Amino acid sequence: MPFLPHTETDVREMLATIGVPDVETLFDEIPEALRVKGLDGIPPGLSEMEIGRLMTARARRDGQPLAFLGGGAYEHHIPAAVWALTTRGEFYSAYTPYQAEASQGTLQIIYEYQSMITSLTGLEVSNASLYDGGSAVAEAALMAVRAHRKSKSLRLLVPATLNPNYRRVALSTAGNQGLQFDVVPYERGSGCIDQKALATHAGKDYAALVIQQPNFFGQLEDVDALTDWAHAQGMFVIAAVNPTSLAILKPPAEWGAKGADICIGEGQPLGVPLSSGGPYFGFMTTRMEHVRSMPGRIVGRTVDLEGRPGFTLTLQAREQHIRRGKATSNICTNQGLLMTAATIYMTLLGPAGLAQVAEVSRSRTRELAELLIAVPGVRAAFSGPRFHELVLQLDVPVAGVLAKLAREGILAGVDLQEDYPELGNAMLVCATETKTRDDLQRYADALRGALR
Amino acid sequence: MSQVLPDLRYAKSHEWVRTLPDGTLEVGITDHAQGALGDLVFVELPEVGRVLEAGAACAVVESVKAASDVYSPIGGTVLAVNEALAATPELINQDCYGAGWMMRVQPAAGAGADLLGADAYAAELAAVGG
Amino acid sequence: MTAPKAVEPLIFEYSRPGRGAAAQHPPALAKTGGDDLPAALRRRTPPRLPEVSELDTVRHFTRLSQLNFAIDTHFYPLGSCTMKYNPKACNQYAMLPEFIGRHPLAPATHGQGFLECMFELQEMLKEVTGMRAVSLNPMAGAHGEFAGVAMIRAYHAARGDHARNEIIVPEAAHGTNPATATMCGCVVREIPVDDQGDVDLEALAKVVGPNTAGIMLTNPSTLGVFERKIREVAKLVHDAGGLLYYDGANLNAILGKVRPGDMGFDVIHMNLHKTFSTPHGGGGPGAGAVGVSARLEPFLPVPVVGREGDGYRWLSERDRPQSIGRLSAFMGNAGVLLRAYVYMRMLGRDGMARVGEYATLNANYLMARLRAAGFDLAYPDRRASHEFIVTMKKQAKELNVTAMDVAKRLLDHGFHAPTTYFPLLVPECLLIEPTETESRETLDAFVEAMVSILAEAHADAAKLKGAPYTMPVRRLDDVRAAKQLDLAWKPVNSPA
Repeated sequence: MPFLPHTETDVREMLATIGVPDVETLFDEIPEALRVKGLDGIPPGLSEMEIGRLMTARARRDGQPLAFLGGGAYEHHIPAAVWALTTRGEFYSAYTPYQAEASQGTLQIIYEYQSMITSLTGLEVSNASLYDGGSAVAEAALMAVRAHRKSKSLRLLVPATLNPNYRRVALSTAGNQGLQFDVVPYERGSGCIDQKALATHAGKDYAALVIQQPNFFGQLEDVDALTDWAHAQGMFVIAAVNPTSLAILKPPAEWGAKGADICIGEGQPLGVPLSSGGPYFGFMTTRMEHVRSMPGRIVGRTVDLEGRPGFTLTLQAREQHIRRGKATSNICTNQGLLMTAATIYMTLLGPAGLAQVAEVSRSRTRELAELLIAVPGVRAAFSGPRFHELVLQLDVPVAGVLAKLAREGILAGVDLQEDYPELGNAMLVCATETKTRDDLQRYADALRGALR
Repeated sequence: MSQVLPDLRYAKSHEWVRTLPDGTLEVGITDHAQGALGDLVFVELPEVGRVLEAGAACAVVESVKAASDVYSPIGGTVLAVNEALAATPELINQDCYGAGWMMRVQPAAGAGADLLGADAYAAELAAVGG
Repeated sequence: MTAPKAVEPLIFEYSRPGRGAAAQHPPALAKTGGDDLPAALRRRTPPRLPEVSELDTVRHFTRLSQLNFAIDTHFYPLGSCTMKYNPKACNQYAMLPEFIGRHPLAPATHGQGFLECMFELQEMLKEVTGMRAVSLNPMAGAHGEFAGVAMIRAYHAARGDHARNEIIVPEAAHGTNPATATMCGCVVREIPVDDQGDVDLEALAKVVGPNTAGIMLTNPSTLGVFERKIREVAKLVHDAGGLLYYDGANLNAILGKVRPGDMGFDVIHMNLHKTFSTPHGGGGPGAGAVGVSARLEPFLPVPVVGREGDGYRWLSERDRPQSIGRLSAFMGNAGVLLRAYVYMRMLGRDGMARVGEYATLNANYLMARLRAAGFDLAYPDRRASHEFIVTMKKQAKELNVTAMDVAKRLLDHGFHAPTTYFPLLVPECLLIEPTETESRETLDAFVEAMVSILAEAHADAAKLKGAPYTMPVRRLDDVRAAKQLDLAWKPVNSPA
C-alpha cells in the first residue's frame, strides 16, 4: 500500500484499542446515503518506476526549445547549490514556523530574506512573500487604499505599460471590494507612460499611481518625474520592479524626492525556475510607517529567555488567524520555499554577481536587437533606454512567424496582438545571460529565413 | 479579581468613562480588558476631531496574540488622544485608569445615559468569572 | 557577563568585501557599444547582499536547515495542516529539466506533455470530489477560498440578485473564511455550533434569507468531527437561495469515503499541499484548486486546460466570458500541481480510498490512547475524523499548565506540537492530526511523551512552563519582537 506503514497486525490491534470491529465503523457518523461506492474515474495506481517512465516521456515531448521569452518570467542561470539546499527535507517538508523554537532555520532565512529585499528596494520593511507578481499588485493596491489616511479614494491609476496580466489579476482580486483601476496610455515613441495624458488626472482623488520599471515593453520609465508628480497630487506610488534590474537601477526608495511608498514585484528571476508559471513568489516592501497595513507574514529578531538572539513571527495581529474578517488580507500559506531559494540565490551572487547578471542580460538583449533589426522587415517599436526586453514590429503577422520558428525549436517572442493591437505586428523579445552569441545568431538566421 | 474604580462609569464592552471638571469625558479600557489582552504592543487611536457614535469601534488595542476593537462608550467628538501610547502602549497595562487613558471626548447631548456604575460593572464581571 | 551568542550567525556576518561565489557569476562581456543607461536611472550604492564563498553559503544554509523540525525529521501532528509524508518521487518527476525549464508563455505545441498532466489532474480532482469542473489556478487554500466566494458573488450578480452579500461562517471556522469573505466585499455572519460540534440549525435558520450569498463550511469541521446535519444545512441554505462553499482543508479525512459534491456543495477548494501531499515548504507554496457544480462552471478562474481532439490547450477569457478572471500572472503553481499529479497517479483509485481510512484509523487510535491516559477530549462522545481536540482546561485551572506549555514540552520530546489555541472556541486546546503515513510505533511514542508531560504537570509544573530546553533557543520574547521591531539586518555603523 503506497505510503502506508500499517501491517495487518497493527490494524487489528489498533481497532481493538479503539473498540470497533472494523475501519468502516469509524465512519458510522456519516449518513449512509452519502457514502462513495467507488472511484472508477481514477486510474489504478502506478509504481514509482512506472510513473517515472510516464513523466519522463511527457517531459521529452515538451522538449527544451531555445526561448527568447520574457513578459514577466525570465530564464536565468540558477546555481546548483540553490535547489540542492532548498530541497533539503528540513526546508521542503516543514510548515509555517508557528513553533518558533523548532523553526529557527526557516525564521532566520525569512529575516535574511527581508534584509536582502529591503536593501535591494531601499524600503525599510518586507513581508515573507506573496503568491506572485500579479497578486502582489493586487495586494499593494488594497494596501494603498487601506494605508492612505488622507485619501478615501478606491481608485488607482495604472499605466498601460503595466504587465496586462497584472492588471487583470488586480481587477479580479480587488474589484470585489470596489477598487477601480483607470488606465493611463503610453507614449508611442518611447513606449513609456504618456505624461501629458497623466497630467489630465491632476487634482482628482486617487489612492495611488502604479509604475512598472522596467515596464512591460522593457523600456525604462522616467520614475523620478512620475513619482514626484504622484506625490504632488497626494497619491501613493506603487513601484512594480524586476529584482534583477535593481542591482543596477535606482531603487524605488530613491525615486523622485521622496521615493515610492510601496514596492512589489515578481521574485521569480531570483533563482526560481520557469516551471510553466509557478510556483514563483511575490515580494513586497514598504516604509516602516505602513508596516501594520502590510499583508502577509513578517519575521522579527528578538531574544529568548536567556538573552540569546532568535527569530519569531511578529505583528501577527494583522493576520487572518487573529483578526479574521478584519485582517489585512486572507493570505495564510505563502511561497516560503521559493523565498528560501531566492535568499540562497542572492547570497551566492552577491551585489557584484547580481549586477553582472543584469548587465550581461542587458548587453545580450542589445546585441539581439542589433542582429534582429538588421533583418529586413524587422524594426524596434520604441526608442530610449531599455533593460533586457524590447518590442519588435514585423511587416507580417507575428503568429505565423512564431509558429514557424517554434518548429525549428526557437521560441522567438510573445505575440502582443491581443493586448496591444494598436502596435500592429508586434512581439516582445528577451535575452538574458543564458544566451550565447551563437544562440542570438541562430535566432537572427532563423528569423531571416522565416521572413524571406 | 480585576480592579474597578468607584468614581468611574463603565460600558459592558469594558471601557471606562471619567467626567473631567470641565464636563468633557476621558475614556480608556478597564483593568479586566487589559488583563485579558495581556501585554499590549500597539494602540491605534482615532483622529482628533472625529465624531464618534456610542458603541461604534473607535480604536484598536493589539497584544502579541490578539487584536481587539475598542468601542466608544459614548457619542461625541474626539478632543485629544493619549500620544504617549504610540511609543509606550504598556502604559495601559501598568495604569489603565490613569496614565493609560486613551482619548478625551466632548460628549454629544445626552451621551452616556446607559453607562454602568462601578457596582453594576463589577457585578457584570462577577457573572463572567472575571 | 556577555549575552549568549546566536546559534548560527547571520549570513551577513560571514560577508567580506571582495569575496564571492565567482563560479556562479556569468562571464563578463566585452562592451558592445556605449552604455545607454542614463545616470539618473542608475543605482548609486550597491545593495547590501552578502559577499561570501559557495562553501560559506552551503554550510550556512545547511546549518540553518538543521534548526528546523520537518516531516522528514519529526512527527508533525499539526491539526488542520495534514503534515503527511511528501514522497520523493513527486519532487523528482516534477523537476525534470523540461518541466522546470518551460516558460509559461511557451506555446501549447511545446507543452502537450505538461498540459496532459494538468488535464488529467483536473479530471481526477473532479472524480474524488464529485464536482462538475475544476480550475487549478489558486495558489493556496485561502486563494482558493477567494476564488470560490468570488464565483458565488458572480453567480448571484449574473442573475441580477445583487442583494446577496452575506457569507455565513460557523464560529469554529478557519480565520481565512471570514477574511476571504471580507476580501470579496461580503459581510460575515457567524453562527454557533451545538455542544456536540454540529452546526446549530436554529441559529442558521434565523440568519439565512434574501441577503444570503452562501455558507462556508469545513466538513469534517475544525472541531475534528463530521458535520452530521450537512444535508439539512444544505437544504436550509439552498432553499434560501444561497450556495454552499466547502473548505477543503480537511478533505484528507474523507478522501474516498464521501464527496463534497454528493453532500450538496456548490463550490470547493482543495489544499493540494495537504490532501495531495505536496510539500509545505516552510510556509508554501501550496495549491488551492477549486471545483464547482454545473451552475458555477462558467465562472471558474482562467486559464483552464481543455482537450480538443488529441491535443490540449488553455481556455482563456475568450472561451469563458463569465469567468471571475485571472488570479495569477500565469496559471498558478504549476510545479506544485505536477507533484500532486504524480502523487495521485501513484495512489490510484485504491490508494486514494485508503487515505481517508487510515488517516481516520490513526486519529481514532491516538484519541483512544490519550483518553485512556487521562487527557480530556473536547468531544468525547464523537468519533474523531482525521483529527481531534484535547483540551487542557482542567490542567490550566488546577495546575496553571496551559496548552502552550504542553506544546513547548513536546518539542523537547522530539515531536512537533499540535495546533494550539485553534479553534478559538475550545479553551486550551490541542488540535491533533497524525495523518495516515505515521506508523503505530510513532503514535505510541507520542502517547508516551504526552503521558510523561502530564505527570510532569503534576510533579513539577514550573519545569514544564520553562520548556523547551533542548531547542536551539528557549521561549522567545514575542512582546519585545512586536514592540522593538527588528525586521531587517543593518550594519553596525549604518546610519539607518
